[in-house]
Amino acid sequence: MVQSERRLKRGRQGEFVSKHVVARVEDIGPGERRVVTVRNRPIVIFNLDGEFFGLLNRCPHQAASLSQGIQAGFAIAEVPGTERCIRRGEFIRCPWHGWEYDIRTGQSWCDPESILVRRFKVERVPGSELVKGPFVAETVEVSTDEEYIYVEA
Amino acid sequence: MPELSEARPDGGSNGTALKIDCDVHPGVPTVEALMPYMDDYWVDEFRNRQIDGLEIATYPPNAPLSCRPDWRRDGERPGADRDQLSDVVLDTFGSDIAICNPVYGGLVALSEQMAAVLCRATNCWIAEQWLDRDPRLRSSIVVPAQNPILAAEEIERCAADARFVQIMLLVANELLLGRQYYWPIYEAAQKHGLPICIHAGSMYRYPTTPSGWPSHYLQDYAATPQLFTAQMQNLMSEGALARFPGITFVLAESGISWLPPYMWRASRTWKGVRGEVPWIKRAPSAEVRDRFRVTLQPFDVTDDHDRIEKLVEQIGGEHMLLFSSDFPHWQFDGDDPVPSAMPEHLVRKMRTDNPLSIYTRLREDK
Repeated sequence: MVQSERRLKRGRQGEFVSKHVVARVEDIGPGERRVVTVRNRPIVIFNLDGEFFGLLNRCPHQAASLSQGIQAGFAIAEVPGTERCIRRGEFIRCPWHGWEYDIRTGQSWCDPESILVRRFKVERVPGSELVKGPFVAETVEVSTDEEYIYVEA
Repeated sequence: MPELSEARPDGGSNGTALKIDCDVHPGVPTVEALMPYMDDYWVDEFRNRQIDGLEIATYPPNAPLSCRPDWRRDGERPGADRDQLSDVVLDTFGSDIAICNPVYGGLVALSEQMAAVLCRATNCWIAEQWLDRDPRLRSSIVVPAQNPILAAEEIERCAADARFVQIMLLVANELLLGRQYYWPIYEAAQKHGLPICIHAGSMYRYPTTPSGWPSHYLQDYAATPQLFTAQMQNLMSEGALARFPGITFVLAESGISWLPPYMWRASRTWKGVRGEVPWIKRAPSAEVRDRFRVTLQPFDVTDDHDRIEKLVEQIGGEHMLLFSSDFPHWQFDGDDPVPSAMPEHLVRKMRTDNPLSIYTRLREDK
């Protein structure tokens, strides 16, 4: 277990954030997702073809767990008969009312300006880097020969 | 082509803004009046079969709503007297231009061919007997929606006359109006830059409520917003709005008060099922504001300044209202179709700016 000093830095909204190791890369396969709790916040981590993204696991509409929703592509068309699906698997639909969110940005499609899910930065990091810190790894056993996922929160 | 009226967008006959009445109803007196505009076969057929009385069942001539009592003439169909229409609609109500919507049997006939003959004759009759005789009048093109190919041909025929400023359909037909079956009509409308007016009235192919026949005229008339709601939703959902971005749809005699609840519900539902209808790329409420207009009468809101302001704010549609008297239908008493509490800024918009923004032919100096 790597213990790092919790050296805090400022996040996008001026709040203090730190880097939390939440899983091994192989724990969340391509197309899969997992909910982790970081600083008491439920965050759903998605693996889109090896890229990791994190969203607050709460629909801004009525707080349903987005992790329970269907992950799908995005339907587009100009007129009936021209329907196509783009960006397969890159949208999460709220399980309660079907609102669609872009997993990469957290933006809703129906009203992207005002309805969006909070996004968290998620990155991969080799175990060998973890010793350099600053990382918080409270729940994950870390070794130097594996690759990990951390969340900035 | 006949000369257009001297009225211009920059000023009506009295030098002020051009005022437009977007829904008045000339009455076809008898089928005999249309015979000069039919070929011999059909003249003989109407005589041999003794067909007359082709007013549509939505407006029975003797029903109170079909004609205001002080406008009734003994032995005449409501709205059949051209001088009366001009006196009341233009002189008394103070409009410079009025758009005629002749609601007659061609719109509902079961025979596609008879429907086309009646619609064509009605358009010819309107042009010769009304538009030629009062340069302040304009008209909708009535078309046989029973056969959209024939309807498109009639649009092509009439569109050459700039006094025809839009196309009229009834709100209840054989199918919902967004279906591709009707798209030939919209092709022609878009080609000629003509709005589509969807007017109250039914072909009576189905009950007047979606759940069965009601017993009274009251129910038919009061339930009409359900039909307008269905058509608005269908035009959007079947992709007709997306396919024909140049067409504005005018809802005539639809009332107004039902719009906010429909817009809220449609937008809310769309957020969750958008994938069904990906050609709807913005909230239905935004589509409605952009693509639809509504005529004033029957104005189904309390005559209260604050309530009217609130309703228009909820619709988000100062630009959506079009002034209409709905003559000779009995929607109001007195000499002013505008409710007394209507805010002044809305009056100017509905009488002048809003009609001119969609009826491009009223702006053109042809």
